[in-house]
Amino acid sequence: MKLSEYEVGDYFDEMLEPSGAPRPATSRLAANLRSLSQEDLAARQSAADLALLRSGITFNVYSDNRGSEKTIPFDLIPRIVAAEEWQRLEAGLKQRITALNLFIDDLYHDQQILKDRVVPREVILSSQGFRTQCIGLNPPRRIWCHVTGTDLVRNRDGRVYVLEDNMRCPSGVSYVLENRRLMMSLFPEVFSSSRIRPVANYPHRLRDMLEYLAPDGAECPRVVVLTPGMYNSAYFEHSFLARQMGVELVEGSDLVVAGGFVWMRTTGGFERVDVIYRRIDDDFLDPMAFREDSLLGVPGLMSVYRAGNVALANAPGTGVADDKAVYAHVPDVIKYYLQEEAILPNVPTYLCSRKSDLKYVLENIGKLVVKAANESGGYGMLIGPKSTKAEHAEFARHIQANPRNYIAQPTLSLSRVPTLCGGSLEGRHVDLRPYILYGKEIFVQPGGLTRVALRKGSLVVNSSQGGGTKDTWVLATDQGPGPLNGTNGGASTLTRMSAC
Amino acid sequence: MLSRVAESLLWMSRYVERAENVARFVDVNLNLMLEVTSTEQQWLPLVATTGDHELFERKYGQPTKDSVIRFLTLDEENPNSILSCLRAARENARSTREITSSEMWEQLNTFYLFVAETAARADNIADLHSFFARIKDGSHTFCGITDATMTHGEAWHFMRMGRMIERADKTSRILDVKYFILLRSAHEVGSPIDEIQWAAVLCSASAFEMYRKRHGRISPQHIVQFLMLDDEFPRAFRFCLNAARDSLRAISKTPPGQPGSDPERLLGQLCSELASISAEAIIADGIHEFIDELQESLNSVGEGIHETFLARRTPGSPLLQEASMRDARQQ
Repeated sequence: MKLSEYEVGDYFDEMLEPSGAPRPATSRLAANLRSLSQEDLAARQSAADLALLRSGITFNVYSDNRGSEKTIPFDLIPRIVAAEEWQRLEAGLKQRITALNLFIDDLYHDQQILKDRVVPREVILSSQGFRTQCIGLNPPRRIWCHVTGTDLVRNRDGRVYVLEDNMRCPSGVSYVLENRRLMMSLFPEVFSSSRIRPVANYPHRLRDMLEYLAPDGAECPRVVVLTPGMYNSAYFEHSFLARQMGVELVEGSDLVVAGGFVWMRTTGGFERVDVIYRRIDDDFLDPMAFREDSLLGVPGLMSVYRAGNVALANAPGTGVADDKAVYAHVPDVIKYYLQEEAILPNVPTYLCSRKSDLKYVLENIGKLVVKAANESGGYGMLIGPKSTKAEHAEFARHIQANPRNYIAQPTLSLSRVPTLCGGSLEGRHVDLRPYILYGKEIFVQPGGLTRVALRKGSLVVNSSQGGGTKDTWVLATDQGPGPLNGTNGGASTLTRMSAC
Repeated sequence: MLSRVAESLLWMSRYVERAENVARFVDVNLNLMLEVTSTEQQWLPLVATTGDHELFERKYGQPTKDSVIRFLTLDEENPNSILSCLRAARENARSTREITSSEMWEQLNTFYLFVAETAARADNIADLHSFFARIKDGSHTFCGITDATMTHGEAWHFMRMGRMIERADKTSRILDVKYFILLRSAHEVGSPIDEIQWAAVLCSASAFEMYRKRHGRISPQHIVQFLMLDDEFPRAFRFCLNAARDSLRAISKTPPGQPGSDPERLLGQLCSELASISAEAIIADGIHEFIDELQESLNSVGEGIHETFLARRTPGSPLLQEASMRDARQQ
């Protein structure tokens, strides 16, 4: 495969320098790519596609009885993160999660940060994610955000920014694990010659973290994964994680509250549940506390939680930190609780609730990305430079009708990674979602999900809108003793776990 | 294990078994057409065997070879067509992936995708025999993978129980329908056509070769004996019920010598009855009545299993109080 015809373009390329030479961390991969013929790569790509379809690694497109799922397109060319850069990202993520956890705990207790006027009170009180039901709650070990999937992007300037925090039910980690398994079977020779940090112990870490939350006295705590059911778009992941952790996958109707505890219905009667990794939004968790019409949840669950007889991960109420208007204040939040500057910067953000910002946004809407504060998944978003005048006008009307619900950011020029497009390599824009677990300590999975916008020129990486994924390789430091693939590290762990 | 999951496992294996049975008896009927002068009437009993003749008549009217095959193989509106069975099996598998082995899922998924792709093609099934061969093969492979890769614990027993109850039901239906038709031409007993038809009954249950080894000559009485009362042939009604009974006892962990739950008692009685009755007595009393009664009992067993192990109980039921009193963790 020739790299000489590849155009880096006016972007930051994760693999190549502007000159077209490989970056130091990617030189080995570049050499490997050159040694493979175009046919060879194409053959491995179709082997990957087939393996994904056969193993059912899918997301649901729409619900009917035909089993209509799609696989998320997977691109063979990995994204590589150098060891030193990863150290900085990891430190930045740990700092951010630590501060946000303190922030959420404060918001549902003394609200000191509001009293000190670091974050405006009205921003919090008007946030859809702020749950008054959670005021005064003391989650086990005082941890709220057990699983986070922070979205990171790199701009043309080479700096990595935090785009979103995703503290509710971030999905995608199953793709990280499956993508890696696939890559190791397709490119064994590359893995044996590179020092790529393994990702396969994530389910182990997840289970440890969940057991750590169990109510006191539970000696062998029973952990379950709570799913909305098989028609949910992330059902594959719920099932995958339950399987990999060796715990039950339950639906709301499998659980029942009685005598101050949560029980699950089994063929041999009822068994007590201690920890619930819930993949259901707050709204649907308990019809007695949140939405009355929810059929997915467990009536009475919140009362058991409040009494400390069951743990929930993530805690209800964390969505307040996902609000994009709250996001804008996170650098101040970090400074307030930790007396440190944020290691990972925010993308500069204009809050339409501020008069001066609103004026700027309306005047410059064609240059900006405008987002609804409470949406996710690439919905409720306007990319100014890629939209028509009519769309600008329509969004301007939305903003003026409800300024609190909109923020705007400069259009970033996301970095690119070479991607197989019809037989040749072309640059495609990517982001990165590392997964962070907060239990006894904070664990950042090395790498995370690299999402790639497969449409030429597109900046939208969401799988619902033409996005695909890539494997992410974090390189081990040269002197580091970290376990490597192919030795006694990741691969064998995965085999062992799925065997039981 | 979770009641919901147990129910899905039971139905997953029932549906795979059902698809296999449909494939087998349609295939046998096709072969029969090559050997004897065929009439369109020959096709209606096939629909009767699946118990969906009302739906068929509403949709297609008079049975023809093509309409019957269409209805039983790829018709989405027939809940018991091969396509619908495998789709349902796969949906159940999808909701139990954390219980079954990856190998089972991959095989069942590939199996379903083959049938779905066949249904999506304009010419559908170009070669019926090889299509049915693949269905049978897919089902056998699924059973083999299940037995070889899954712990033979509670979940496996639910799957085996589902498979065995389904198989018993289908074997008895095949015999019931064919016997009825063949008896109408009782004056032809002993004629060459009759023997071919009786052999076809055996083939529909994959029983021809094993029957020959056991009984040699074809006779209606021995066929009834073999398909209903044999305790070694794996598709015989009695064999299936014995296996289902063993699985049910493994699930409930009832100590030997004790009657156990309602469905266990009922299933135990059925097995004893089959052990003591003779083929002559069955034929004398009327085989249709006998099978009818058995199927009713089998339905009661199914309902009992549902009631005892799978039904959604509500808080306050005796089981929950019992569970609350003992420490759940000491189990």
